Amino acid sequence: MNFKKLNIENKKIRDLIPQAITVLALLSAIIYFATNAQINMGNRGISFGFGFLNQEASFDITFSMIEYDGSHSYGRAFLVGLLNTILVSAIGIFFATIMGVIVGISRLSDNYLIAKVAEWYVEIFRNIPLILQIFFWYFAALRALPLPENAISFYDISFLTIKGWYVPKFVWANFNIFLLSVIAAFIAIYFINSYATKQREQFGKQIPSTIISLATLIFIPLTTFLFLGVSLTFEYPVLKQLSPTVFTYAGGVSIIPELIALALALSMYTATFIAENVRAGILGVGKGQKEAAASIGLNKNQILKLVVMPQALRIIIPPTTNQYLNLTKNSSLAAAIAYPDIVLVFAGTALMQTGRAIEIISITMLTYLTLSISISIFMNWYNKKMAIKEK
Amino acid sequence: MIKSIKTWILVGFASLLLVACGQGGGGAGSKKSKTLDNTKKAGFVKCGVSQGLPGFSNADASGNWSGIDVDVCRAVAAAVLGDADKVKYTPLSAKERFTALTSGEIDVLARNTTWTLSRDADIGLTFVGVNFYDGQGFMVRKNSGINSVNDFKNGISACTNTGTTTELNMRDFFNSKNISYEPIAFEKADEVVQAYDAGRCDTYTTDKSGLAAQRTKMSNPDEHKVLPETISKEPLGPVVRQGDSVWEDIVRWSLNTMIEAEEYGVNSSNASSLKESENPAIKRLVGAEGELGAAFGLDNEWSLRIIEQVGNYGESYKKHIADTGILPNRGPNELWTKGGILYVPPAR
Repeated sequence: MNFKKLNIENKKIRDLIPQAITVLALLSAIIYFATNAQINMGNRGISFGFGFLNQEASFDITFSMIEYDGSHSYGRAFLVGLLNTILVSAIGIFFATIMGVIVGISRLSDNYLIAKVAEWYVEIFRNIPLILQIFFWYFAALRALPLPENAISFYDISFLTIKGWYVPKFVWANFNIFLLSVIAAFIAIYFINSYATKQREQFGKQIPSTIISLATLIFIPLTTFLFLGVSLTFEYPVLKQLSPTVFTYAGGVSIIPELIALALALSMYTATFIAENVRAGILGVGKGQKEAAASIGLNKNQILKLVVMPQALRIIIPPTTNQYLNLTKNSSLAAAIAYPDIVLVFAGTALMQTGRAIEIISITMLTYLTLSISISIFMNWYNKKMAIKEK
Repeated sequence: MIKSIKTWILVGFASLLLVACGQGGGGAGSKKSKTLDNTKKAGFVKCGVSQGLPGFSNADASGNWSGIDVDVCRAVAAAVLGDADKVKYTPLSAKERFTALTSGEIDVLARNTTWTLSRDADIGLTFVGVNFYDGQGFMVRKNSGINSVNDFKNGISACTNTGTTTELNMRDFFNSKNISYEPIAFEKADEVVQAYDAGRCDTYTTDKSGLAAQRTKMSNPDEHKVLPETISKEPLGPVVRQGDSVWEDIVRWSLNTMIEAEEYGVNSSNASSLKESENPAIKRLVGAEGELGAAFGLDNEWSLRIIEQVGNYGESYKKHIADTGILPNRGPNELWTKGGILYVPPAR
């Protein structure tokens, strides 16, 4: 007994030694590089520190979701860049997913034309380097847009020009009450749905929960307009003359062409990969599954929703997570077309103004790492939720 | 094309280089210069230039660099190595330039770089002089009806390069005029030109010499004009790493020699014949009097080689800036004796 235990311990120790050596070597390498950098920077009169983040940035940024101008700090500029990166990634992921699903299903369509169009779309857009697509959408497509005085007008409330897409601005009164009502509606929907599930499972009663949920979502916020003083008005963009031939739009919200071009390029490109994932996922569900589902009397929609998709999603989610991560990282190409993302604003302008390369590049790398890991954690959670649950 | 990624990698790499390379840099104050020793050992001057700015540093089809910034590097090579052609050029973006210098990838940065306090004092750099006095201006379309910066109104959109002093000056200017504006900052000059040309922005702002050079790249150069006002001081000059005072002196006096040579009428064709000159200042310039080179460990003909192989400042300006049609008028870049502000300390 004793002898055997000792033996196991021995093996454990044996296994530990190479690992300990690796960790030690890695640590000493890191310490060596860090001290070496410190010595070299010291010799060259470069100071190291993050104090610059509090200094005034003194450069302006085209587009910001939070209040910002040059009198704010570099730290604030970092935040502006980060939010812009998150914005374009979120928009990109949203449209890439929708387009990817549509194209992926279309490729499996019985209709020859639809299937072929989808196939060509995938083959063209995934085989052209992304940076070229970004330049294409920015320089070629946007050059085709008119100057503000000849804007493409949508019912005279929204205008598309080379300087951006001008849309009406929402002017809210008591927005927080409205927000609370939306949250309340969602909580109500949660309870309605769990009640409906219970009814179905216990008594076999089908409650039209989707319709009830929708009605709740509309009805509860609507009451705040009627009784609680919430109001929404619109500020419309108006054409403004700056000089005899120079025009722009004032008022409303301007969606800058850089954002449109980048979001378009990112989602068109990534959608091709997601489409292939979707196709693979659906094809990966055995034919017998559908036939079995049909034989117990499920209709076509039910088969897709209850039998095919749950199984297909298990195949689709992991590679699609990769595509989401790629899209987020690819958004750093924004710098090429002046979209003020974190790379342009922080690892670009701020780096050049302060000269603090090591600090800024490390912060930027850590930021992308954090972003990617967050997406990854969320998708892993979703994947687990969708995975087979053994009962 | 994939510039932004490449830039990124380069900056990252340069940072890594800074981390990885051993103890470098010379001790301050000592007569020994590590950079000078290394340059002599390597046999060429490591010079950082722009990625292509006509007149300053621009490569022709066969890869030969020319321009007034390039001439500074050539002058250093002529002084230190005896041959102005012994220069290795590294084209750098605005973003890469300082990291490349501080990390030791290059030893001289001659890349139309504006001398400012924070750059000089804060990030381990030393500016050695000014080889071009520039100022920031605005370009607009001729038919815009804008004839002066006073015609700018709220809501104007302005394109520029990111990470330059231009971006900061632009803000100071519009703030002082109380004009709200839309800044659109691109990483590369080519994209700025394209965006402005397409109509994305109403005005394009950068150094006036740059505006003049970039105007030639527009689809129809005659449709654009540069406004008369200059909104900033942009003294452009060569930069070296902080901490090697001998090397710093060599680069400073290589530039000064070119300007001083013009002042005394010494040029590439008459330099050697002026050894017998009556004027002691000229004799010192061509190495016939004094022991000036010894002060930074060079022989006595270092300045003669600069003048013979590179020419004086006037020759350089004429060849690269005036004759190419960028700025035919020398303006402030004229000698102080002729109404300009070029004035260098005496070489004695």
